[in-house]
Amino acid sequence: MLDWADGLLRSFINPYYYGILVTIGINIILALSLNLVTGFTGQLHLGHAAFMAVGAYTAGLLATKAGVGFAVAVPAAGLAAALAGVVVGLPTLRLRGDYLAIATLGFGEIVRITLLNLDITGGPFGLRGIPRQTNLPIVILAVVIAFAVLRSLVNSRVGRALVAIREDEVAAQTMGIDTTRYKVTAFTVAAFFAGVAGALFAYWFRYLNPSSFGFMVSIELLAMVVFGGLGNLLGSALGAGVMTYLPEFLRTVAPAIAERRLVFYGALLVIVMILRPNGLLGTSSEQGWLEVWLARRRSRPPEARSGAPRHGTPPAAQGGGDGGAA
Amino acid sequence: MALLEVRELTMEFGGLRAVDDVTFDVHQGEILSIIGPNGAGKTTVFNVLTGLYHPTRGEIVFNGHRLNELKPYQITALGIARTFQNIRLFREMTVWENVVVGAHTRLKSGFFPSIFKGPATRREERAAREQAYRHLEFVGLRGLETAKARQLPYGAQRRLEIARALAADPRLLLLDEPAAGMNATETAELMELIRKLKRQSITVILIEHDMRMVMDISERIVVLDHGRKIAEGTPDEVRRNEAVIAAYLGASASAGH
Repeated sequence: MLDWADGLLRSFINPYYYGILVTIGINIILALSLNLVTGFTGQLHLGHAAFMAVGAYTAGLLATKAGVGFAVAVPAAGLAAALAGVVVGLPTLRLRGDYLAIATLGFGEIVRITLLNLDITGGPFGLRGIPRQTNLPIVILAVVIAFAVLRSLVNSRVGRALVAIREDEVAAQTMGIDTTRYKVTAFTVAAFFAGVAGALFAYWFRYLNPSSFGFMVSIELLAMVVFGGLGNLLGSALGAGVMTYLPEFLRTVAPAIAERRLVFYGALLVIVMILRPNGLLGTSSEQGWLEVWLARRRSRPPEARSGAPRHGTPPAAQGGGDGGAA
Repeated sequence: MALLEVRELTMEFGGLRAVDDVTFDVHQGEILSIIGPNGAGKTTVFNVLTGLYHPTRGEIVFNGHRLNELKPYQITALGIARTFQNIRLFREMTVWENVVVGAHTRLKSGFFPSIFKGPATRREERAAREQAYRHLEFVGLRGLETAKARQLPYGAQRRLEIARALAADPRLLLLDEPAAGMNATETAELMELIRKLKRQSITVILIEHDMRMVMDISERIVVLDHGRKIAEGTPDEVRRNEAVIAAYLGASASAGH
């Protein structure tokens, strides 16, 4: 699909960077979707790679055993992962905080070990012979669709309900939000996109092995989201881009560091957490000067200038004693 | 018929009986206060009324619906909204977004309309935002719509909680210590606001420690102590009630200072 665009891109991107860009695209979809659950809805989810695995193996099996075409297998992989999202989400999303994290972690391991022990998936030998049908234009298209859908979703009645759950679950319930239902919705949407990303992964690398979807992959995805900024979609794209490309970059300039990639990630995260506690593009909980300035500008509609607030309420930026930059 | 009937309500947590056999009615359009010393079970009554806890025994009927087994969001949809003793705003959301979340049950846009925003969804969004601005004007927060909730001063946060609750279009509004931490001027403004609610025929149950406010604004008062109802009546009746005076160690209940 999109072969003409692919030819165009390949004419000026060398194969090495082409491959990196495909991987970055797939990781962006994964990070964006994880952000919906963890960043916007505030549910710590440590098993996102498992949804990717469900999608990847669904597509891989459909392609190799059932002879289903790419255009059908990719959405089917998304739907299979979404179904897994509902099944896992309904019981686990009643849990909170640490318990949810442990449950999602357990789910991730169950999926990996199941794939390792099934005959049809090739077990530890992996699944071979998937045709290479993922190309860069298709990945870009998928990234754009995922971004557009998620951005529209978070700026809606549903999205506000999700953020409200993150901010205060009790208050959200009391405002009439069926919190379990909305959490499962977020989980299901995230699983769908992770499944699509998994399918693109399968059709790109042509070979699947359970070890590609282990716990550390989930952690890396979480690191991308935290690095870019929880609750910020552009941040997730940035985080996925940086954290996918950096190891490749380091491999050429400093192989010693690249081999210790996870140590490097850890150090990077610590630095970001110290300098920008809410991620590169996240809003800072300590009010930044820019935020104070913008809030003050925006809270000043022209017609409101004629009469000062009747009750002598100080303007926002002076409030709460946290506007030090004013 | 009463708008809200609370019958022999008991709420136990393990061995602790926080609310013990409490019965009272709330009539359409009135302002009823629940008072009592700390730990008397006032907030627990609110938590049961809003479905955060399910009562151990007794019955709650609101507008003909039995509330006992309902979940918080179902109770909100029936027309009960509340504020919290320790402010529970959505701190990182803007002021107007907080209010629109309050209107959640009054809006319809489901999952797919939320993604593929058609004309109906856009219209609903616009109307919801305009409505939120009106609620904010009503509680005196005009001009602060796009600030984040956490940026507001304390008194304004309390008023935002009221605006958010009003957005649910309630018939019954539960206010849990709305005057806590307010100075005299802010309290006077709050009382004016509650009277405005009454004029809009919203029924109010008020938990409050500021006795001057309670005596001034309430039509009836229910007094709790150690989970039990020890008195009920008009402000004058409650002020003179021996059991109430004893519960407050003979102090502020009669004087109001």
